Amino acid sequence: MSSRDQNFKNFWRDFSVNKIAVFALFIFLSILFVAIFAPLVSPTDPYDLNNVSIMNSRMPPMSEDFAGNLYVLGTDGAGRDMLSAIFYGLRVSLGVGVLSGVFALIIGSIFGISAAFFRGKYETIIMRIVDIQLSFPSILVALIILAAFGKGVEKTIIALILVQWAYYARTARASALVEINKEYIDSARCLAFSNARIMFKHILPNCLAPLIVVGTLQTAHAISLEATLSFLGLGLPITEPSLGLLIGNGFEYMYSGDFWISIFPGIALLITVASINLVGDHLRDMFNPRLQ
Amino acid sequence: MLEYILKRFGQSFLVLFIMSILVFVGVNLVGDPVEMLINPEADQAEVERVIRELGLDKPVSEQYWYFLTNALKGDLGSSFIYNEPALKLILQRMPATLELALFSLFISLIIAIPLGIYAGYKPNSKASKTIMAGSILGFSMPTFWVGIIFIMFFAVYLGWLPSTGRGEIGSFLGIESSLFTLNGLSHVFLPALNLALFKISSVIRLTRAGTREIILQDYITFARAKGLSEKRIVLVHILKNILIPIVTVIGLEFGSLIAFSTVTETVFAWPGMGKLIIDSIYNLDRPVIVAYLMIIVTFFVFLNLAVDILYTFLDPRVRLKGMNQ
Repeated sequence: MSSRDQNFKNFWRDFSVNKIAVFALFIFLSILFVAIFAPLVSPTDPYDLNNVSIMNSRMPPMSEDFAGNLYVLGTDGAGRDMLSAIFYGLRVSLGVGVLSGVFALIIGSIFGISAAFFRGKYETIIMRIVDIQLSFPSILVALIILAAFGKGVEKTIIALILVQWAYYARTARASALVEINKEYIDSARCLAFSNARIMFKHILPNCLAPLIVVGTLQTAHAISLEATLSFLGLGLPITEPSLGLLIGNGFEYMYSGDFWISIFPGIALLITVASINLVGDHLRDMFNPRLQ
Repeated sequence: MLEYILKRFGQSFLVLFIMSILVFVGVNLVGDPVEMLINPEADQAEVERVIRELGLDKPVSEQYWYFLTNALKGDLGSSFIYNEPALKLILQRMPATLELALFSLFISLIIAIPLGIYAGYKPNSKASKTIMAGSILGFSMPTFWVGIIFIMFFAVYLGWLPSTGRGEIGSFLGIESSLFTLNGLSHVFLPALNLALFKISSVIRLTRAGTREIILQDYITFARAKGLSEKRIVLVHILKNILIPIVTVIGLEFGSLIAFSTVTETVFAWPGMGKLIIDSIYNLDRPVIVAYLMIIVTFFVFLNLAVDILYTFLDPRVRLKGMNQ
């Protein structure tokens, strides 16, 4: 058995202690599956105008139209099937959340590890910027960027990256500072490896565990923040209907009692974010040496 | 020490200066406010007159200089929509936001501290595990969606509480607030609970962690050895010691309540600063957007400055580090 298989086995043994976390992981993987294969698993294509009829608007859950199509979660104001809209919405929400998370992880790790590696003025400046940014609540940072530069897909992703990178930078620097004093880094230096090689082939892999923990929790946060911004009308445009926009669409029908239009996308959002948070919470406990 | 404080002051002003450029230039690159303001049938001459009147014909750098010099005199420009000074508009709405944030802070404390102490006092009981699972759920729930559910359930379905707006305003000791009338309280309750939700989760976690640490201390063992009742140990010895760190963090987090109230205010049509900024973004009311962002950034920068300076007095380690830099 290779050492990688062994590592994975050890990891799974520790992870599966917490049954709730295992269940949450299963739920999250199912959601991911639905999001990736949304066009295949959705009953209809909610954004194909041939399928959508205004005659079917605002039908309650479990109702059928004249053609005998069943709408399990009802339809929205434009006659779209809510279930399909949610599947497509998950795709947008998860896509934006994960994409911004990955970019933020890369940018944050580069700054964090290089700050720990080079020290001096460079480190002071980077960490000062990180501190200043973290002193603002995330929603305010996103609000400043989107209010100043307008809404849109790229701008929302940029805003989410800017909100998150500082957390990764701080985490990466803290764990890199510990690694840098270890002997294998000394030997790598003696072998005259390039700085870049030492930073990203030797230090980075050993900082991954805390970065992954921050990564899961931050991704959940990013998804929820994107939904909030899109609901406020500052995030994604209506051409990219994420869960936040779906909830916002339902908001106007709320007073007429058509609860399903905003309730169901919200439940989908809640389950997604909660499952990621539960997994992340357990990972944090697992990697926390003080609790072992 | 003095050098450190001066340095931090300088840094704060640098941050404010950079933010003002970023916000001003950014806002002035987005959209065309003239198009939204003017009658679509207006002729070219009329359009040009309005552009000149608003100062939009000058280069951005010149507009920024004009903005900056005026801002230092306390004039943040006038709203395109309301034709009133932006600063005045924001200050008018500030009390509504502050009372919402204060009331929600109050709600979160009276709910979260008892639950957190219980969860830390009996960490392995079923109820504690439920509380902790609930706090993760509270973390995960999107605030705006919970607000919608509150409105649907308490206002539309049960009809118990009003769903939108601010209630009657009463006066007490010269302070005017809707918290002093019954009608006002009924209006503020749902939005405040909604805003508190996120805080409740974090305060529960904080209190639990603190309680778990304190329980292991010698003075708790000693109190038990003295034969004090568990009730007294919890209410006096644990609660008192836990309040100090919690109050510190809460003070810091009050700022984030104000930032997050943008969302709650929009959902509940609460006439505060948060709703004003969202409306202004829709209407491309540039002076109000810039003024709001600058005011709130200034508020945060100085809040953090105050906390940092306070820490240097309280914690000698910070003081020494600051001097060495």
